[in-house]
Amino acid sequence: MAQRTVAVIAATALAALTLGPVAAVLVRAEGLAALGPGDWQALRFTVCQALLSALFACILAVPVARALARRRFAGRGFLIALLGAPFILPVIVAVMGLLAVFGQNGLLNGALSALGLPRLDIYGLHGVVLAHVFFNLPLATRILLQGWLAIPAERLRLAASLGLTPRARFMVLEAPLILRLLPGAFAVIFVICLTSFAVALTLGGGPRATTVELAIYQAVRFDFDLGRAAALALMQLALGLGAGLVAWRLAQGAGFGAGLDRALPLTVAHGRACDTAWLVAAAGFLLLPLGLVVWRGLPGLAQLGPQTWAAAGHSVLLALASTALCLSWTLALAGARGALWSLMAIAISPLVLGTGLFLMLRPFVNPFSMALPVTALVNALMALPFALRIVAPEVEAIRADYGRLRATLRLTPMAWLRLVLLPRLRRPLGFAGGLVAALAMGDLGVIALFADPERATLPLQVYRLMGAYRMEAAAGAALLLLVLSFGLFWAFDRGGRAGAAA
Amino acid sequence: MLRLEGVTIDMGGATLAADWAVQPGRRVAVLGPSGAGKSTLLDAIAGFRPLERGRILWDGQDLTGLPPERRPVSILFQDGNLFPHLTLARNLGLALRPDGRRPDAAGIARIAAALARVGLEGMQDRRPGTLSGGQQSRAALARVLLQERPILLLDEPFAALGPALKAEMLELVRDVAAQLGALVLMVTHDAGDARRFAEAVVLVADGIAAPPVETERLFADPPPALRAYLGEGGH
Repeated sequence: MAQRTVAVIAATALAALTLGPVAAVLVRAEGLAALGPGDWQALRFTVCQALLSALFACILAVPVARALARRRFAGRGFLIALLGAPFILPVIVAVMGLLAVFGQNGLLNGALSALGLPRLDIYGLHGVVLAHVFFNLPLATRILLQGWLAIPAERLRLAASLGLTPRARFMVLEAPLILRLLPGAFAVIFVICLTSFAVALTLGGGPRATTVELAIYQAVRFDFDLGRAAALALMQLALGLGAGLVAWRLAQGAGFGAGLDRALPLTVAHGRACDTAWLVAAAGFLLLPLGLVVWRGLPGLAQLGPQTWAAAGHSVLLALASTALCLSWTLALAGARGALWSLMAIAISPLVLGTGLFLMLRPFVNPFSMALPVTALVNALMALPFALRIVAPEVEAIRADYGRLRATLRLTPMAWLRLVLLPRLRRPLGFAGGLVAALAMGDLGVIALFADPERATLPLQVYRLMGAYRMEAAAGAALLLLVLSFGLFWAFDRGGRAGAAA
Repeated sequence: MLRLEGVTIDMGGATLAADWAVQPGRRVAVLGPSGAGKSTLLDAIAGFRPLERGRILWDGQDLTGLPPERRPVSILFQDGNLFPHLTLARNLGLALRPDGRRPDAAGIARIAAALARVGLEGMQDRRPGTLSGGQQSRAALARVLLQERPILLLDEPFAALGPALKAEMLELVRDVAAQLGALVLMVTHDAGDARRFAEAVVLVADGIAAPPVETERLFADPPPALRAYLGEGGH
């Protein structure tokens, strides 16, 4: 059938575009001999920062999730929604915000020096870990919170009627839950942090704080040593595949957080002050940097030059192209073993793909002239697992509900797509499209590998302004990026909701 | 003629056997306890469920290997007979244009006439969600009119309606079927429905879909399986 053909074509294209670059890397990498001691140091640093980031994110998530699960207060819904924000927050914007709080001239150092205490330096291992915790603490919290809210109310009532002490209650109800969910959350965050590029680019750097992804970038951009870049990509690939497999097995029960507001569990009398403190700290940790991005960015908006506006235009076009590509793939592949593609995308990092595509394109064109199409493609690939995860179950449900009616009406595949599938998928497609667009808008990965001065995207432009110490202009551009990312998400999500008839 | 030749259908462990024929244009009730395989039988005729053995023929043409969309069959399910996000005109239009394009002027007139025929005059622009359950059933029947297929299968589409409304719908099905000259097979677990509506009854029980028997004759002298289903003393 025609639909099958489309799925096969889409799957083949996907396989070619992921495995092709990987093959190019494998061919070009002449073993691991090309690697110097600095590269092995990068491997150690990558693993070490990922372990620390996952550890802190998970440990801190426990009290925050517990407080969110057992307290009811005004703004709780907002706080839970806020936990979803880092997912679509451009890394470079978060870094600007974190610098405003923890940086050289940030709030914290201002307070410390006012008290006569020594200043903190954010750059290096602790800065990288701090940024990763900023991004992944919300993720871990959402995973745990979901588990917490799934504790049956009967069991909570039973615990209350037995008069369990807080300690007994923890041992009976909460500890098993944490033990079940936390390893998965830890593994997922560990894998995410392994492929960290933008954070390491901005807050790490130097021989002692370089990730493998960053080393790939440096090998291509600074040394133009493609053999070493390929060997590093091979290293990253092995790392990602190994950790990805482990995470996939551990994270079966973890999910990534939908439907967070179910039945009200019983609230608990004790520990109120403690919960409040954790919630205030977590909200502050998330909101303060974002608030400062807005605050410091406003004056900078006046300084946005033509280059920044051009970069913004590139980024919006690129985000739209990525979204169109990713959603087409999603529709074609929904139902065809989505989990397998997700696994593939977890293992293959953007810079590995980028390096492979670079190697493939080089014999034919100047890779730098292909910066924007390649970035759009890689972003579409990277967002595909998320889009599939949102859309595929809905497609299954529509097939189950209307597949027989479709057959008895003898609908053609086009009529089914146009009149049934697309209209009924508006909501999930809008939501998925919003996520993809925001992710592509904020991405600072492959573009750094390929870009020349004429073809910057907005995140890259922010990075360049920071590098040139034009901090006010950088702050303005970061605010613009924040507005565009969230705006794209909002517009797509909104478009999916509006007029979506029952 | 619809002929089931040595048919055996797998029902996940149990099987259902049928070996009989029925003339075109008749109204047949498929009666039996729940779980006996009434819907399974309809699914097999409609092509949603493969046969384990045997053949299904219509006017000498072998339907057995055909997919549902190639069979001369229209079917009304228990629910989900209309796409909820499309207007009635669009829903009915799909019967005329399965490629989803808009019908021509003649098609539009036919849709209006079909809606009027089932008592939904002028409701072209309504969506199913704004209609009552009875009106939704009527709209689905209007589409059956437009589909113009010689076999109409009803898989308890009126189960959720009250008794008066259901009787009304059965009356309408009778008219629609008469207009099309279609053979109707209607699943029901209600002997009253069967007596009111059907000229013949296929009794489904104990793994067998029995050959159709004239309704009058069947209820005048119920076989043991029917007596067991109705309860001793009968109705």
